Amino acid sequence: MDIFRSHVLVCGGTGCTSSDSLKIIDKMNEEITKAGLEKEVKVVKTGCFGLCEVGPIVIVYPEGCFYSRVKVDDVAEIVSEHLLKGRIVKRLLYKEAAGDIETSLNNVGFYKKQKRVALRNCGVIDPEKIDEYIAYDGYKALGTCLTQYTPQQVIDIIKDSGLRGRGGGGFSTGLKWQFCHNEKNDQKYVICNADEGDPGAFMDRSVLEGDPHAVLEAMAIAGYAIGSNMGYIYVRAEYPIAVKRLEIAIGQAKEYGLLGKNIFDTGFDFDIEIRLGAGAFVCGEETALMVSIEGKRGEPTPKPPFPAQKGLFGKPTIINNVETFANISQIILKGADWFKSMGTEKSKGTKVFALGGKINNTGLVEIPMGTTLREIIYDIGGGIPSGKAFKAAQTGGPSGGCIPASHLDTPIDYDSLTAIGSMMGSGGLIVMDEDNCMVDVARFFLDFTVDESCGKCPPCRIGTKRMLEILERIVAGQGEDGDIEKLQKLGENIKNAALCGLGKTAPNPVLSTIKYFRDEYEAHIYDKKCPAGHCKALLNYIIDKSKCIGCSACAKVCPVGAITGKIKEPFEIDQSKCIKCGACIGKCKFGAIEKK
Amino acid sequence: MISLIIDGIKVEVPENTTVLQAARKANIKIPTLCYLEGINAIGACRMCLVEMIEGGRGLQASCVLPAANGMVVSTKSKAVQDARKVNLELILSNHDKRCLSCVRNRNCELQKICEELGVEDVSYEGASVDRPLDMMSPSIVRDPNKCILCRRCVAVCNNVQKVGAVGATQRGFKTIVEPVFGKSLNDVLCINCGQCITACPVGALYEKSEIDNVWAALGDKSKYVVVQTAPAVRFGLGEEFGIPSGNSVTGKMATALHRIGFDKVFDTDFAADLTIMEEGTELLSRINNGGKLPMITSCSPGWIKYCELFFPDFLDNLSTCKSPHEMEGALIKSYYAQKMGIDPKSIYVVSIMPCTAKKFEKEREELVNDGLPNVDAVLTTRELARMIKQSNIDFANLPEEDFDRMLGESTGAAVIFGATGGVMEAALRTVADILTGEDLKDIDYKAVRGIEGVKEATVSVAGMDLNVAVANGTGNAKKLLEAVRAGEKNYHFIEIMGCPGGCVTGGGQPIVSSQDRMNFDPKVLRAKATYAEDANMQKRKSHKNAEVQQLYKEFLGEPNGHKSHELLHTHYHQRPKYK
Repeated sequence: MDIFRSHVLVCGGTGCTSSDSLKIIDKMNEEITKAGLEKEVKVVKTGCFGLCEVGPIVIVYPEGCFYSRVKVDDVAEIVSEHLLKGRIVKRLLYKEAAGDIETSLNNVGFYKKQKRVALRNCGVIDPEKIDEYIAYDGYKALGTCLTQYTPQQVIDIIKDSGLRGRGGGGFSTGLKWQFCHNEKNDQKYVICNADEGDPGAFMDRSVLEGDPHAVLEAMAIAGYAIGSNMGYIYVRAEYPIAVKRLEIAIGQAKEYGLLGKNIFDTGFDFDIEIRLGAGAFVCGEETALMVSIEGKRGEPTPKPPFPAQKGLFGKPTIINNVETFANISQIILKGADWFKSMGTEKSKGTKVFALGGKINNTGLVEIPMGTTLREIIYDIGGGIPSGKAFKAAQTGGPSGGCIPASHLDTPIDYDSLTAIGSMMGSGGLIVMDEDNCMVDVARFFLDFTVDESCGKCPPCRIGTKRMLEILERIVAGQGEDGDIEKLQKLGENIKNAALCGLGKTAPNPVLSTIKYFRDEYEAHIYDKKCPAGHCKALLNYIIDKSKCIGCSACAKVCPVGAITGKIKEPFEIDQSKCIKCGACIGKCKFGAIEKK
Repeated sequence: MISLIIDGIKVEVPENTTVLQAARKANIKIPTLCYLEGINAIGACRMCLVEMIEGGRGLQASCVLPAANGMVVSTKSKAVQDARKVNLELILSNHDKRCLSCVRNRNCELQKICEELGVEDVSYEGASVDRPLDMMSPSIVRDPNKCILCRRCVAVCNNVQKVGAVGATQRGFKTIVEPVFGKSLNDVLCINCGQCITACPVGALYEKSEIDNVWAALGDKSKYVVVQTAPAVRFGLGEEFGIPSGNSVTGKMATALHRIGFDKVFDTDFAADLTIMEEGTELLSRINNGGKLPMITSCSPGWIKYCELFFPDFLDNLSTCKSPHEMEGALIKSYYAQKMGIDPKSIYVVSIMPCTAKKFEKEREELVNDGLPNVDAVLTTRELARMIKQSNIDFANLPEEDFDRMLGESTGAAVIFGATGGVMEAALRTVADILTGEDLKDIDYKAVRGIEGVKEATVSVAGMDLNVAVANGTGNAKKLLEAVRAGEKNYHFIEIMGCPGGCVTGGGQPIVSSQDRMNFDPKVLRAKATYAEDANMQKRKSHKNAEVQQLYKEFLGEPNGHKSHELLHTHYHQRPKYK
C-alpha cells in the first residue's frame, strides 16, 4: 500500500461540482505531477462537507487546512505554496462570519456543535471506492448481523436504540421491521426512499453521494432482519451524481460478494436495484412510491393495509429513507445504548438538517436531537446575514410549519416540533428574517403543494388550490373579511380528509403562519399593508418632499413615466401609473423615496 | 366473524368485509362517489369517511377500511359531516353545474349526495377547468368539465374490460381522465362498449345522441321509418319510468314506439332467431367440414372491436354472421322492401339497442348492401326513454301491443339473447334438435346461465360431445382466449359478449347508481326477467319461428345459402390500436 504524506480532499458533492470542483481535482493532479509530488500527495474526491455556502471546499491533511471558495486558478498556488513549501495559503482559508480565520476544520464553528453519525463518512472517504468504506468499518455491521445475530436480535437492537424514521413521519424503525418480520410470505421487499423532494432539502443526496455503501449495507441488514432478498432504491433522476455513485457502489459490493448470493458464506442472498423517480414530489409518499416502482402512475393508496403487510407488488415491504438507513450500521457496531445516549427522551440520535434561506452558513448539518433552534441558527448557522432580525424558521418543508422567534429555544425533536404546529419532516430548515412576508411564505409553500398534488383526492386536488387562490388574493391586496376563517376551515378539513400525508400536511404552512403571524394576515386584508414590505401590490413608492432635491434621476429611470416634477423642486409619483418595480428607489441618491 | 360497533350499533360481519359494507348491514347508508361495488374501491373521493373512535385514528375512507374486531366508528360525527360537506363543496366548485340541461339531471349521484348532505351553497368558488368536449367517437361523448375524477370509468375500462382506453393524466388541479396523449376516444383502442358510461356517477360520459336524427327522419314525409328493438331493451327500459329492475315491458315498448310514429315496429328478436339458424348451421358445417374452431359468436360489436384490436389471431374464429340488428336492417331494405314495394333508399332503419358499440357498428363499411347501410340510426335504451318522455307518453300506464308482422315474430330462444349465455343456449336448442332430428323437450341449458365471468359446459347431443364456453365482459374473454391460445382449452363453440352480464347490462342500458348496486345487481335481476319471459313463450326454439321459416321459403332459400351470405354474413379485419 502506498503511503502519502499529504491528502488533499476535494468535495465532489453536487454543490461543489456545480462550481467546478471536478476541474479543481484535475488541475490539482496536474500540478502535483508537475511538481513531482505524485508519490507524496494524494487527491481524494469525497462527498459533501456540509458547508456548501463556501464551496468549492478543499481540505489538506494532516494539517486539516480548510480552504474555501477555491477556484481552478488557485490550485497552482495551493500546490506550490502549501504542498511543496509547507506554507498555508492564508487568503483561501475559511473565514467565520464573525471574521475569524480558522486554519483547521475542527475549530470551525459550523462543525463544533455537530455530531456526525449519518454523515460520518461524507467528506472523509472517496465514495467511489469500496475499500475506503471498508477501511472505516464498512460492512462490518452486516458481517456481525449475519454471523452473530438472529434476525430477531437485529430487530431488537434497532428497536432498543429508539431510532425513528428520518423521512418525516418519525415511526419507530425497529417496530416497522418487526411488523414486516412477523408477516409470513415467501417474498418480501426492502425499499430505500431516496425521493427527496422538499424544496431546499439535500440531506439524502449528500449521504448517497458521500457514502452510498452505508445505505446498501443497511438495506442488506434490513433484508436479513425481515427475511427479504430483494431491495430497491427509489432515487430521483435529478440526482445524477448520487445515481452514478450508487451504481458504482452496487457493482463493487457485488464484486466483493457483499451483495448478491450467499453473502459472507452464510446462505443469505440480497440484491439491490435502482429505480429512478420521474420527479413527482408525491412519489416520496411511501404508497405512491411503491405504485411508481410497479410502473404505474405515482398516486398514494389508502392505509391500511400498511406496506409491512401489503406493500410492493402486494408483498410485505419495509420502506425507510436514506438517512434512517445511514444510522443502522453504526447502531449495530456501537450498540443501542450508544445511540440512545444522544438525543431526547423520545427522539434518539442525531438529525441532519439542510440549512437554507436567510442564514450565513447555508449547508448541511447533523446535530443531536434536542439541540435548540437558536443553537442551529446562531452557533452553527452563523446567524442571519446583514444583521437582520430572525423572524421564523420553516421545518419540514411544504408539509411543515413556521416556528416563530418565541420558540427559538425549543429543543428540536419529533414531538416538540409537532407540538408547536410544525414537524420534523425530512430535515429542510429554511430561515426567514424581517423582510419575509409570512403570508407570502405560506403562499409559496402552498403553490408548491398545489403543483405537486397527485390529483387523486378532492381535498388536496381542489382544496389546496382554493386555499392558494385565497392567499393570492390576500397578497394582491384583494383579501376580504372572512378569508382567514375560510383558510382555517379549509385547512382543518383538508388535514382531516385528505388521502395521504402530502394532502394531510399541505395546510400546515398556512395554519402555522395564521397561528403565529395572524397580525400580518390582518394587515394585508384590512389595512392593505404588507408589514414586511414584500408584497408588491400592497406597497406604495412615495417621495419624501423634504429630502427630494428635484434631480429627476428617478423620473428618467421610471419605465412607465409615473414620476413627474419640475427640476429642483420635489418630484411626485402618480400611484395610478406606478408599477412598483422599484427602479426609482435604486436611483435616488438622497434616500428620498420610501416603500410604504 | 368480526364484531364492530358502527354508530353505536353492534354489527357482525365475515372477514374481508369493509366498514362500508358492514354499515350497510346495519342499514346505515354511507354516502359514496368513487366507490362502485366490485369495480372501484380506491378511497379517492373522501365522501365515505368515517371517524375512528377505537381501533384507528382520525377519519378513514370506509370503502377501503377493513372491518376489524373491536373497531368503533362513527359515520355521522361532526368531524365527518364537516369533512364531507367541505369536500363536496370543493368538488362542486370545480364542476360544470348546469344541471338542468345535463343528460344525468335527476339521475346524478353528485346531485343526490348534495341533496342528502344539505349542501346548498358553494363557499369556495374559484378557477375551474374549462376543456373541450370529446365528441369524435360515434358512441361516447366525454365532458371533462363534468368529470369529478372518481376513476370509476378508468377502473371498469382497465380492470374489468381490460381495454385501458382512459386513465388519469396530468397532476393536481389539472388532473384529467382521458385517453393517452390527450387523444380522442375515437383515435385510441376504445371498444365503444359504454361500460364507462354506466359506471359514471355524473354526466361526464354519455352516449352520442342520435335522437335529433331520428326525429328528423320521422318528420320527413319521404322517409319510411322502421324501428327494431334488441332483446335486452325490454328488460331495462321500465327502470327509466320508475318500474323496478327485473320487469319486462315488451308490450308497452311496442305501444310507445307505435305512438311515437314509426311506420313499422319490428323486433330484433326476429333476427336473433334468424341468427341462430345461420350461426347454428355455420357451426355444424365447421364441425363437419373441418372448419376453424372454436367458432365464436359475433353479435356483440364491442367484442368484435376488441377482437380486432387485441386478438386478431381469432378473427377467423368469429362466426361470419352479422349482428342480429344488422341482419334485420339488411332484410328490411331487401326482403321487406321488395315485398311491400318500397324503394329501399327511402327506408330509414332505427335500432333501439342496449349498446353504445352498435352506434359504431352501424358505420362499418362491412355492413353495407347495395350502397345502403343496413342500419341508419342506433338509439340506446336511455335515448328511447328520452324520446318517449319527449312524446308525452305516460309509459308506465300504457296498454300492451305487439310488434308488426313479417319481421316481428320471435321465440324464447331469441328473448334470452340479452343475457350472458343466452345465445349459446338458443343455439344449443336448435343444434340439438337438428342433430337428433327430434323436438327435444329438455331445453333449459342451465350450465351456461348465470353471471360468472366464464362458464363452460360439455353438452352431449346425438352421440356427440359439444364443448362450449361463455364469457361476458372483454376482460373475461381475454382470460378465456388466452387459455385457448395456449392450447389449455379446446372448445367447439364460444359465446362472447362485450359487456359484463351480456346485453342486459350493456353500455346503453339504464344507469343504476352505486348506492343501488349495493342493494341489487342489475345483471341478476334483468337476466331473471329474461328467463322468465322465455319460460312463458309458446315457442322457445328459433327454428320454430314461422316468419323466419317463411323468409327462407320466400327469399333466402336455405341457411348459409348464397343469398344469406350476401346479406347476412361478413368478415372483420385487424385494426390499429391508435390513430
